[in-house]
Amino acid sequence: MNIHVSYPSRLYSDKLSLDCGSTRICHDISVAIPDRGFTVIIGPNGCGKSTLLRGLSRLVRPSAGKVHLDGKVISDYSTREVAQRLGLLPQSAQAPEGIRVGELVSRGRFPYRRAFSTWSDEDERAVLAALQATSTLELIDREVDTLSGGQRQRVWIALALAQETPVLLLDEPTTFLDIAHQIELLNLLRNLKETGNRTLVAVLHDLNHACRYADHLIAMRDGRILFEGSPAEIITPSNIEALFGLRCVVISDPVSGTPLVVPR
Amino acid sequence: MSKFRFAPHANPLLKRCQLYLLLGCMALCLATLTGGQYDPSASRLLATLLGHGDPLTNLIILDLRLPRFLAALGIGAALAVSGSIFQRTAGNPLASPDLVGFTVGSASGALVTLLLLQLSGNAVILGALLGGVLSALLVTGIAHVAQARGERMIMVGIAIAALLAALNEYLLTRAELDDAQEARLWLFGSLDSLSWSKALMVLGGCALLLPIAAQLGQRLRLLELGNDLAEALGLPVAYSQYALLLVALALTALAIATAGPIGFIALAAPQLVKRLTHTSDIGIVAPALMGALLTAAADLLAQRLLAPFQIPVGLLTGALGGLYLIYLLASQWRRTL
Repeated sequence: MNIHVSYPSRLYSDKLSLDCGSTRICHDISVAIPDRGFTVIIGPNGCGKSTLLRGLSRLVRPSAGKVHLDGKVISDYSTREVAQRLGLLPQSAQAPEGIRVGELVSRGRFPYRRAFSTWSDEDERAVLAALQATSTLELIDREVDTLSGGQRQRVWIALALAQETPVLLLDEPTTFLDIAHQIELLNLLRNLKETGNRTLVAVLHDLNHACRYADHLIAMRDGRILFEGSPAEIITPSNIEALFGLRCVVISDPVSGTPLVVPR
Repeated sequence: MSKFRFAPHANPLLKRCQLYLLLGCMALCLATLTGGQYDPSASRLLATLLGHGDPLTNLIILDLRLPRFLAALGIGAALAVSGSIFQRTAGNPLASPDLVGFTVGSASGALVTLLLLQLSGNAVILGALLGGVLSALLVTGIAHVAQARGERMIMVGIAIAALLAALNEYLLTRAELDDAQEARLWLFGSLDSLSWSKALMVLGGCALLLPIAAQLGQRLRLLELGNDLAEALGLPVAYSQYALLLVALALTALAIATAGPIGFIALAAPQLVKRLTHTSDIGIVAPALMGALLTAAADLLAQRLLAPFQIPVGLLTGALGGLYLIYLLASQWRRTL
């Protein structure tokens, strides 16, 4: 079932194994992220989705294997060079007490700062574009603590956009959002992919959202990739049962025409 | 105003806070040099400061009060900046060199040198520093092995501090009376009979370390966002944390070597600035000024409150700091209820 992508991607892993302490979380993963696509990683809790994302962004050092970014092994870049090519929005991001939106988003420009250099026109343009893309421009003087969950999540994405990386990884960006805000955020991400020429990778929990928005799915279980491909190819009742142990029927989503998983 | 809308700019409240603190330090300078048991007239004070005063005023102002005041400023600034770095890297308002065992550890080091090894002078200072560094390493080491961060690391610190405090008490009960007298000073910091050489040491140390702290302090802005995001934004996180911790420990060591352990300045000063300015991005200058002001004010009270008896300033900051800690905890609990 494994589909081996033969074209060279900007970002791919080669027999990557990742540990957390002495426990192996990801085993021998070779995966290529399609350029300018929206890739979604799915799988049951604890299957290693977030760890794979952290491994792809060099936050976890590989115990074996390598991650390649733009033709070079990722560990051969400096931290700053990686930060100019690949952005990551982790789940653990926290806003310092009392910080305002404009200030938080402008911290996304850190990878471009040199010692003693001041703010540039380029920085100004990038922050403005990030705020506009996420519709957070009118929030710049608000304290982040006072925002709603949906607004706050858009602000975090603005920070990652201000980083202006061609590749952007997001760890469960829709968690803690209500359904309307989840859809709003996913539409925003799809827009970014289509207009911004970006490569997006996200971990999502909701299968049907993943089917609707992703053009490439990576399905993981027990630290391995079970199958990958487009939603239409791989979302079948037998695959879902293998992945989640859940019996279901798969119908066509009446709105988007993508697969819709309905548990039995 | 710059043409940029989003350029990082200093918080106006922070600027105002810095100005008031600076004015406060200047007022305190005047209050320390005048008043008290020997209150020089304005003309005598001016004559002394201009270099042609009478010998008595010269002695009291230039040799006794001025170095002590300047040392208090330097010690306070060093402790406050150290505390600010601790709190912002740990993301916890209770983190400080006091609570990770550095302060009580330095007292243990001094007591061991004085009472067990029977040494004195600079050896005691060295012992104090060694004790502080060792206990800080012990706490961070245990926390690292146990993978404890933030609040749990502070728990480890409290446990080690309690052990060391018991050791200190034991050493004191075994000491001869004369030794115990000298040893006591290492339990509570004091600025009594502080010489110019010590004042210059602490001021020189600050002149060296505070600019480094200010430069490294930029990294705190990213570390505050969480380690993963900081790393994703291109900050070498582990290196930055170690470098910051090292500067913070060096600043605390400087203060302790000058006047012994003066508690709670490191804990309270950054928090006070944060509360006054409603921002976490307080930089280095404001906490330094706040620490300087608090320490110099506490020392002035320590000198004058029960004059001619001199209260060790560390006792006073300990008492005031205890009250402040209760207030801090109470207001945090109220918020979480």
